[in-house]
Amino acid sequence: MKSSGNKLFEKELVMTSLKASFVKLNPKVMFRNPVMFTVEVGTLIMLIVTAYTFITKDHTQGSFGYNLTVFIVLLLTLLFANFAEAIAEARGKAQADSLRKTREDTPAKKIILMGEIFLNEIHTVSSVELKKGDYFLCEAGDVIPMDGEIVEGLATIDESAITGESAPVIREAGGDKSSVTGGTKVLSDRIKVRVTTEPGESFLDKMIALVEGANRQKTPNEIALTILLASFTLVFIIVCVTLKPFADYAQTPITIAAFVSLFVCLIPTTIGGLLSAIGIAGMDRALRANVIAKSGKAVETAGDIDVLLLDKTGTITIGNRKASHFWPADGVNEKAFMEACMLASLSDETPEGKSIIELANTRSMNTPVLKKEEVLKFIKFTAETRTSGIDLDRALHLQKTGSHNGNVATLDDPCIRIRKGAFDAIRNIVTKAGNQFPPATAEKVKEISGNGGTPLVVSQNENVMGVIELQDIIKPGIQERFERLRKMGVKTVMVTGDNPLTAKFIAEKAGVDDYIAEAKPEDKMNYIKREQTEGRLVAMMGDGTNDAPALAQADVGVAMNSGTSAAKEAGNMVDLDNDPTKLIEIVEIGKQLLMTRGTLTTFSIANDVAKYFAIVPALFIATIPALKAMNVMNLTSPESAILSAVIFNAIIIPLLIPLALRGVAYKAIGASALLRRNLLIYGIGGVIVPFIGIKLIDMLISLFL
Amino acid sequence: MNSEYLGIIFSYILTICIALLLARYIAKVFLGEKVWTDKLFGPLDRFLFRFMGIKEEEEMTWKEHLKALLTINMLWLVYAFFVLLFQDKLPLNPDHNPGQTPDLAFNTAISFLVNCNLQDYSGESGATYFSQLFVVTFLQFVSAATGIAALAIVFKALKEKTVTKLGNFWVYFTKSITRILLPISIVIATVLAFNGTPASFKGKDTIITMQGDTQNVSRGPAAGMIAIKHLGTNGGGWFGANSAHPLENPNYITNVTEIVAQVILPVALIFAMGIYIRRKKFAYIVFGVMTVGMFMLLIPTIVSEVHGNPAIAHMGINGANTAMEGKEVRLGIPASAYWTTMTTIISTGSVNCMHESMMPMTGGMQLLGMMINCFYGGCGVGILNYYIFIIIAVFISGLMVGRTPEFMGHKVEAKEMKIAAIIALLHPFLILAGTAISSYVIVNHGGAAWTVQPKNWLNNPGYHGFSEMLYQYTSCAANNGSGFEGLADNNMFWNVTAGFVLILARFLPIIGPVAIAGIMAQKKFIPESAGTLKTDTATFGIMTMAVIMIIAALAFFPSLALGPLAEYFSMK
Repeated sequence: MKSSGNKLFEKELVMTSLKASFVKLNPKVMFRNPVMFTVEVGTLIMLIVTAYTFITKDHTQGSFGYNLTVFIVLLLTLLFANFAEAIAEARGKAQADSLRKTREDTPAKKIILMGEIFLNEIHTVSSVELKKGDYFLCEAGDVIPMDGEIVEGLATIDESAITGESAPVIREAGGDKSSVTGGTKVLSDRIKVRVTTEPGESFLDKMIALVEGANRQKTPNEIALTILLASFTLVFIIVCVTLKPFADYAQTPITIAAFVSLFVCLIPTTIGGLLSAIGIAGMDRALRANVIAKSGKAVETAGDIDVLLLDKTGTITIGNRKASHFWPADGVNEKAFMEACMLASLSDETPEGKSIIELANTRSMNTPVLKKEEVLKFIKFTAETRTSGIDLDRALHLQKTGSHNGNVATLDDPCIRIRKGAFDAIRNIVTKAGNQFPPATAEKVKEISGNGGTPLVVSQNENVMGVIELQDIIKPGIQERFERLRKMGVKTVMVTGDNPLTAKFIAEKAGVDDYIAEAKPEDKMNYIKREQTEGRLVAMMGDGTNDAPALAQADVGVAMNSGTSAAKEAGNMVDLDNDPTKLIEIVEIGKQLLMTRGTLTTFSIANDVAKYFAIVPALFIATIPALKAMNVMNLTSPESAILSAVIFNAIIIPLLIPLALRGVAYKAIGASALLRRNLLIYGIGGVIVPFIGIKLIDMLISLFL
Repeated sequence: MNSEYLGIIFSYILTICIALLLARYIAKVFLGEKVWTDKLFGPLDRFLFRFMGIKEEEEMTWKEHLKALLTINMLWLVYAFFVLLFQDKLPLNPDHNPGQTPDLAFNTAISFLVNCNLQDYSGESGATYFSQLFVVTFLQFVSAATGIAALAIVFKALKEKTVTKLGNFWVYFTKSITRILLPISIVIATVLAFNGTPASFKGKDTIITMQGDTQNVSRGPAAGMIAIKHLGTNGGGWFGANSAHPLENPNYITNVTEIVAQVILPVALIFAMGIYIRRKKFAYIVFGVMTVGMFMLLIPTIVSEVHGNPAIAHMGINGANTAMEGKEVRLGIPASAYWTTMTTIISTGSVNCMHESMMPMTGGMQLLGMMINCFYGGCGVGILNYYIFIIIAVFISGLMVGRTPEFMGHKVEAKEMKIAAIIALLHPFLILAGTAISSYVIVNHGGAAWTVQPKNWLNNPGYHGFSEMLYQYTSCAANNGSGFEGLADNNMFWNVTAGFVLILARFLPIIGPVAIAGIMAQKKFIPESAGTLKTDTATFGIMTMAVIMIIAALAFFPSLALGPLAEYFSMK
């Protein structure tokens, strides 16, 4: 699901949001936001004053029209703030809905269980009836009704509905790729799946609830900011309340409208009105990046990350290693060596194995075709032997090819044994048979490792034939991304199964700060724990069940959607695209979220300077003419000054909605430079803009007064 | 350049030089390292600790610290109240001055306990030598030491990575006196005594004036008290006229001594912080921000005083020195303007000229200095006040760079924000609420049958009268103690309301920062990375200044507009 259109205000969304802005006027809802709640109280007071002036025609509190205008502007302030929240919610909801649509009410072939025994009885039920622990069957052409884990079988699945990626993927029982997502489509084969979530509790459901606000909990930073804003509000309540006896002393009558206006202008309504919209928009941005966050806190924490654990494969390098060179041992014919390499790789389905054959093909070697009777045995790769290869019947093979394959083969052996594997594994085989490992080849092996490659040694009948060099291809542009992360203060760590020599080479080339070589799952875990005890926040991405503990331990654990349900359960985010570079984006989204809050708070508070200069002289000018000198904006009249300030205060909210929804641009230029930049734009800007804005509005108003 | 200006430039430079020298010494004292005064006062410390059962090595949590601090302060309050009440029955009263009334004793005891030294009495007639020495001078020492000790707790919390125990309060407190306040006071008192400040237990002297009249001249063991009055940023004078009195501040040398004495500790403590927490640059930035703030208040003050009184200019009398009302001719305008700024930004509140008589703009600057109350600020507490603003600035700027805010390696979270917000709120609340109540009483109950009728409280009508009230509460809330002396403040209403403002404005702003620092010190230490917002940069300094200006200054804008600003623009 790629984001549908980047327009901020789609007509449909605007309409629902407008409706919601009125519904949200309910004081019970408003109470959650102390700043806007006080504005609502002020609006109510103005409503009473307006009604009073209308009924009694008593003009000591200003004319009916003036009071009505103030009331309307205040009401608009509230509606604008509500609209900001509503539109953010609507956008998030629309995004989530389109994801949810894919999985609504699809027929499910439920397997009836008798105790622990599968009866091969199948009932077709609606997907909503499936419960956690139920089993269902999916065949080619079926849409998977619920999130679950494959318990039996293997299938190719089209996940484009979720990820937007059209190439089908393979999911199979056992292992790390056993998870299927509701709404995706089975293209071939059949699988039995166990449902892993209760209806309404899938990650997506949780995300929707978070965005919709019903379930939205304030994040720690949001709480702290709300406290700060509430205290600003309190200060200005004190300022306004005490102004009454002050004015009485100075024998200056101040209208209720002026008090309420002064108060509403001074309290930080701009950030108060946009605060929840900013939070929701952050979640929404994550969702647009196809990341499902389990809580708003997770997104926020992502902005604080100090250490990023990245898997080498797929993140730093493109896919898997590829064969790049054949290095025959001394005295071995190159053609014969390549032939042996190809034979050894025939049954090797791994990308590395395939790349060996591809490389040989480019050297005008034809892929050997073997008859059934020729092959004695295919040797699969196992963790113990750490080699793979093939055993051929010598006589039959030679008869077919006519070649007398190599000068190292022992002629009286009825069998040709070709093995391919890691250096030490092959060396074991060779030396055990009493043969010598050629020193030149050993030298080559070292050289390849030192250059970041992976050497694969090939032997035939326990004699070394040569080395295949596999090379990693580092993703273009990855160095710049790491540089950017470094400027953000994020340390990158590459995790790889490679030997330390190779790992070091790639780490240096890609520009990561550290690496974990020959990594086992517990190494990751230990690394995370160590960084955490030193006070750092760690993020990682993983998919396998053995990643689950580390994902749970990490402060931000992003599970791939293709991963096991254990992994998804352990992490606090799920990436629908299964894209390992996503972590970098997530960090930026988190930072953007905090920054937007900070800059708008600064802007909002800085606005007060101009508002003071607009309203305070207006309050006293009638009785203390000397204070005219403080009317630096030269506003037309006290009424127009107060109105201009309130109107500016109201319209700045909708003007900033786009910024709140998009977020402030993050620049990786270091914290101090960033502070300088934002202070200049939002701090100084926040002081200057209202002076201009209020003056302009005043000029406009004076035309009507 | 005019020698009057050279005088204040010299005073300021001398202050900074002494402060820099003192800073290392103070840092060493609190780090527990050896200093040369150990030889002199070490035995005294050991005797006191043994006598009072204080175990030096026993460390306290921030809560235990505060418990100790508040308990001992409460004891002093009770003690001081009763001594002042019954001072006429106690010895050392050669002038036979009466005991204080309960409301005056309440106000005086609190006022000296909280390092404010607002005086609703005159030393010549309202206090005895005994109460001057054993209440006033005693409290001047211990209240200054309380502030410094509280700051020492925060120093320790800032320095350590993760820690719950923050040293021993009694040790900090005792060492503040024996290593810092006492030795320096002795030096200052000696200078003062040799320049004519009385140091005698004899009662009033009698002189025949040049007109042939007989006049009684009050005196007493004043030199020592005047020394600690400035050094400890206390400010309460031996005589009613404070340092404008010719015996309290006889000549230019004593004037320089006293103005330097009151600023050295606030400044030295900033530099000491840099040495103690091993972040000198941070201390320089703090000092820089405070100094810029100081100049922002000092320059308009000097300009408006030197410029002269426009009301007199309207009468056709032009020329310099028309704003001499309330000033001492022997000290001159710049020295008075410099003193007035310093005494209001740090919480001394001693005066060498009458604040009420100064130009409206100066009055505004004095008020603003006390409203902000952290440009250098009082002994120890100035940095504590500034610390609150740092926390708020750290929070906002942390968000601005996209990172959960942290200060000195510790996260600033909701709990700390709550405390900081309450403390930041408290100051405007106390000042504005106090002034509002008194305004209300004057307007609505002006004729109430009180000892002094509310309508007669103010010495001046209109804006200036408003400034008198505003000044009184601002001075109390800032624990400053200076006054717009026109106000009739020795009566039930002012003594009691001011008393409450004083006590709240003293202890909450000590509890708050110590609690924040203590809570933060317990958190996990986060090492610095490139993403960490550095707090020792000019940018962060500007940010702190902006926060101070907007929170501390803007909240008072309407009240300043009604008082000094209205007066200023009306006089023009």
